[in-house]
Amino acid sequence: MSGLALQNVVKEFGAFRAVNNVDLTVPHGTFVCMLGPSGCGKTTLLRMIAGLDLPTGGAIRLDGEDITRLPTHKRNLGMVFQSLALFPHLTVGENIAYPLRIRGAAKEDQKKRVDELLAMIHLSGYADRPVAKLSGGQRQRVAIARALSISPKLFLLDEPLSALDAKLREAMQVELRQLQQKLGITTIVVTHDQREAMTMADTVVVMSGGEIRQAASPIEIYRRPADSFVADFIGQTNLLEVQADSAGRAEVLGQAIPGLALPAGANKGTLSVRPEDVHLTAPGAGALTGKVTFVRDLGGTIETFVDIAGHQIVAVSTPRARPDVTVGQEVGIALTPDVCVVLKK
Amino acid sequence: MRREPPQSLGDYLPLLFPAAMLTIFFVVPFGTMIAVSFFQRQQGGFYTPAFVFDNYARFLSVFFGGVLGFSLMLAIIVAICCVVLALPFTYMLTRMARKVQVVWLVALLSILSLSEVIIGFAWSTLFSRTAGITNILVALGIMEQAKALTPSFGAVLTGMVYQAFPYTVLVLFPALVRLDPTLTEAARTLGASPLRAFFTVVVPALRNTITATLIMVFIFALGSYLLPQLLGRPQHWTLSVLITDQAIYQSNMPFAAAMAVFLVLVTLGLVALTVIAGRKGEAA
Repeated sequence: MSGLALQNVVKEFGAFRAVNNVDLTVPHGTFVCMLGPSGCGKTTLLRMIAGLDLPTGGAIRLDGEDITRLPTHKRNLGMVFQSLALFPHLTVGENIAYPLRIRGAAKEDQKKRVDELLAMIHLSGYADRPVAKLSGGQRQRVAIARALSISPKLFLLDEPLSALDAKLREAMQVELRQLQQKLGITTIVVTHDQREAMTMADTVVVMSGGEIRQAASPIEIYRRPADSFVADFIGQTNLLEVQADSAGRAEVLGQAIPGLALPAGANKGTLSVRPEDVHLTAPGAGALTGKVTFVRDLGGTIETFVDIAGHQIVAVSTPRARPDVTVGQEVGIALTPDVCVVLKK
Repeated sequence: MRREPPQSLGDYLPLLFPAAMLTIFFVVPFGTMIAVSFFQRQQGGFYTPAFVFDNYARFLSVFFGGVLGFSLMLAIIVAICCVVLALPFTYMLTRMARKVQVVWLVALLSILSLSEVIIGFAWSTLFSRTAGITNILVALGIMEQAKALTPSFGAVLTGMVYQAFPYTVLVLFPALVRLDPTLTEAARTLGASPLRAFFTVVVPALRNTITATLIMVFIFALGSYLLPQLLGRPQHWTLSVLITDQAIYQSNMPFAAAMAVFLVLVTLGLVALTVIAGRKGEAA
């Protein structure tokens, strides 16, 4: 099979299990974002794919070949580090040519390739500058170009954009995704920024506690999270307890919601509903009733905080559909089964 | 943080003490030495103030030129040996656990507490025929018969490298600790084996530190005068040995001073050359 496959990969540091039985298949040419809170094992997993750390158990295959124990320098990778790790003693051009020089490419070929890559990252004419003289965004591009100079089989990036300011980061996300699509290279990015993952990825892999919680397309993850951790980690959500009533119907905060189904064989669950799917109605008209505690008007969006028997629900609406509510007012909340996801406890 | 330049005379006060110490204990004796180097030696006596170049003229001979050349060559070899050994050693040391690092550094510091005399006699025992390391080789069946390895150039070199090695490690250590470990990792992901990563990234990134360390060990080794006598033959004696000989045993202060001044000048010249060469290399 062409692409990357992780099989039962385990990594232990002493008694601590950083990565626990990870199985993942990355088809050739896909863009994967590994997303999770710090300490979830995503960087360790990336380092094992790069060969910088060796797995305690399991296997890593690239295009069908077992590379679990293959030394890093024989894997033909390109990797961008969080610190970028540009070589301070080399110029921009020499940095980009480094992988070619190591592989003994001819001087003219090196120069040609460097010029090509500099054009690709919009830094033509920068070849002779020292890296210390570049701005943050420019260094970022040079690090990317250096990782791509041998046209690697795998392109790995560890929190590549975290050092940039917010605006530049957003722009680089788009640029990186467009570059990846143009080159069709298998890419794995580690990030803790869900917006970054949603922007760039074909597949988002949500990790926590050394395990994969869900691996799916961004919209699938957003619309159909596998569990409450994923629902809460990706975007904003409202989580409510769901229980089966005596007749077996799903009940939220004591109110039966028609059409809502509990997971098969369970009598308890967690309901996740995105703020933009919560509609405010007249009191009594919706499934639930609560009291408005706060209205956050951000101009572009309006967030209404509603308290229902001690549970807080946030509803987001656009200025056009601005709800006519004030703090302290009673409102109804419409919950239709098509926007609700019931997750296993 | 921006520092203001000193405004009033009072701001210079903290400098006064070190400046005074430096003047009394360094500038004045050195000035005296320069003055004495031009004095006239009196046969069988001491010396009388004069301004003659006899002492310098006497130095310009094949014999003293040879000794000067040998001293410089020995110091350069010691410096190169120390850096070549200490660089990989220190690099690996900085990648070890904190506890291991402390043990090694304490061990190295304890070598610094040994006097040159002890180091010299320890090595002359280790290199001797009766109690030396060759006996171990004989016991292992590698050698036929135990033999003395001292006096010899190798013994002098070993003793001096041993003495200068801890200094080299201590000078290199901070720079290597500060070196971003992801630089080598990046080199490995880009296709360099660990060994090539060391030579194409670590060594060039530390070029200035390495040059500074070479100069430091060179100067340190140039002043060595006990070890060449304890472990070497007369042809392995350095200029420092001859200076001592002239000053103390031959009572020829002016000539000893002239040699010392000459040694200082040559050393400064070599250091200046190294620095200039380093700058040129950087510009290229």
